[in-house]
Amino acid sequence: MREASLTRSRAAGVESAAPSNPLPGFRLTLGFTIFYLTIVVLAPIAALALKALRLPWSQLWELATNQRALAAYALSLGASLAAALVNALFGSLLAWVLVRYRFPGRRLLDGLIDFPFALPTAVAGLTLADLFSSHGWLGQFLTPLGIKGAYTRLGVVIALTFVGLPFSVRTLQPVLESLDTGVEEAAACLGASRFRTFASVIAPTLLPAILTGFGLSFARALGEYGSIVFISGNLPKTEIAPTLIVMRLDQYDYTGAIAVALVLMIFSFGLLLTLNMLQGWAAKFQEP
Amino acid sequence: MTRFCRILSVCLALGAAAHCAGGTISLLNVSYDPTREFYSEVNAAFSKEWKARTGDDLKIGISNGGSAKQARDVIAGSEADVVTLALAWDIDALHEHGQLLPADWQQRLPNNSCPYTSTIVFLTRHDGKIKVKDWEDLIRPGISVVAPNPKTSGGARWIYLAAYGDALKKNHGDAAAARRFVEQLYHNIPVMDEGARGSVTTFTQREIGDVLISWENEAWLVMEKIGRGRFDIIYPPRSILAEPPVAVVDKYAKAHGTEAVAEAYLRFLYTPAGQELAAKHHFRPELDAVARQHAADFPPMELFTLREVFGSWKEAQKIHFDEGGIFDQISRSRR
Repeated sequence: MREASLTRSRAAGVESAAPSNPLPGFRLTLGFTIFYLTIVVLAPIAALALKALRLPWSQLWELATNQRALAAYALSLGASLAAALVNALFGSLLAWVLVRYRFPGRRLLDGLIDFPFALPTAVAGLTLADLFSSHGWLGQFLTPLGIKGAYTRLGVVIALTFVGLPFSVRTLQPVLESLDTGVEEAAACLGASRFRTFASVIAPTLLPAILTGFGLSFARALGEYGSIVFISGNLPKTEIAPTLIVMRLDQYDYTGAIAVALVLMIFSFGLLLTLNMLQGWAAKFQEP
Repeated sequence: MTRFCRILSVCLALGAAAHCAGGTISLLNVSYDPTREFYSEVNAAFSKEWKARTGDDLKIGISNGGSAKQARDVIAGSEADVVTLALAWDIDALHEHGQLLPADWQQRLPNNSCPYTSTIVFLTRHDGKIKVKDWEDLIRPGISVVAPNPKTSGGARWIYLAAYGDALKKNHGDAAAARRFVEQLYHNIPVMDEGARGSVTTFTQREIGDVLISWENEAWLVMEKIGRGRFDIIYPPRSILAEPPVAVVDKYAKAHGTEAVAEAYLRFLYTPAGQELAAKHHFRPELDAVARQHAADFPPMELFTLREVFGSWKEAQKIHFDEGGIFDQISRSRR
């Protein structure tokens, strides 16, 4: 009896190729996952939410939505969006070139993509500020043209583009590598123009990965602080939301800081949710 | 460091200090930005004196940073035995937000707990292209000024108050005129660093700005470290008497069993030896005898106090620096 059921289950396993329990210890792994997530992710979020709940709502609302806070969100969101768009476009191009073409120095370039990951963001901010300041390597040529890359909002976008670049490239690369060039050849054989091949064959396959890269670099930019304090020059006109949090803390205005932090948390949460839904929507196009 | 202190305090509680640390006492001084050089010398001098007096080895750690940030760290649990910050408001915060010391902390040591004072001066480039003598020269169109952000830096708050106070006095107490002056002044500042040290780097290394507004001692440090040939210190006729106070953090010192040595450390700053070190690092000594000896190093100028012009830190903070205050209003006009 027991043997029969074992054989049956084995047979079922072979048939479906995805048995309900491929690895042993489901409960243990689930338990560990939840425990780990609770400590690392949920606990800080819950602590922030709890702290906010203890404060009077009207005051929290006022502090989260006053003119200064709104200006900070606008800059944070606007600059992050701009940086993520730039990265989605040029990051995709970079990934395409790195995967599809062979040229000397390719591996070195490929390694350089990870540089913004490894570099401490404060160093990145300092370096960029030096580079674009009116005496810097690039700044001395750009400033006379009216392009000020340091201590301006443009500087904020530049820094956010820098820190977000790897996300765009690295999410797209594996998808590009697994893309079968045979499909493109088939499209060409069937008489599709280059544009048609791109629009109907390549783009739909890459879209989910590009969207993920866009979302990741957007989320990364929203939370960036270290590089911005240097390149923004700490001026009121370049105040991003994380800077506002720090400034409020410096005034011992803990309530005000929590209010902004809460709004940022809701932004990030909403962003990730939208991203997941978009991916689900984009995945439909991949079905044959 | 903190962990070490904790381990040490446990050892003391067990009455086994001698066995555990070999008679080593450690002390943490949390200080503001431009005091690194000064306190590293004070620490060496005091450790030596303490060793001679008691036979104990004394290790003094120092932490530097923006004054408000440092105070916040101490409130959050960075267990400083003593704090030596840029302004009294930040030590008041230790009482208000953490109950770490009593409200009357400033009465516990002479001269409102300020063993040395300082003031705000200008630093210009030696090339002589820009001539600056007084505060109103800083608002001339086309001049670019570097100063840290008053929201994050204690020194920057003294700078702002010095500019505002001088304008108030020049305009016979007309607050609207003083406000216009600081508005124009901050329009001429293209970059505001987080702390005083950051502004020095911006001015000297990145070569941004024609004038740096700075602590007197920091300006002299630039002259000595980076070279006298490149910069000039300009003393405006009138400035503010900046009073950076010191205090024992009772709660942590008690827990570490370091109350006596912490107080002795701060009192050392008031002794002739401590005052000499202060003068050497261009802090204005509190002791008359030492001040007279170094009179040549501190050119005479009219110094007004915060109390005289702004009442108290609480009022100054509320009117000028808190969210929606005058600094925010003048900044908003340039958005």
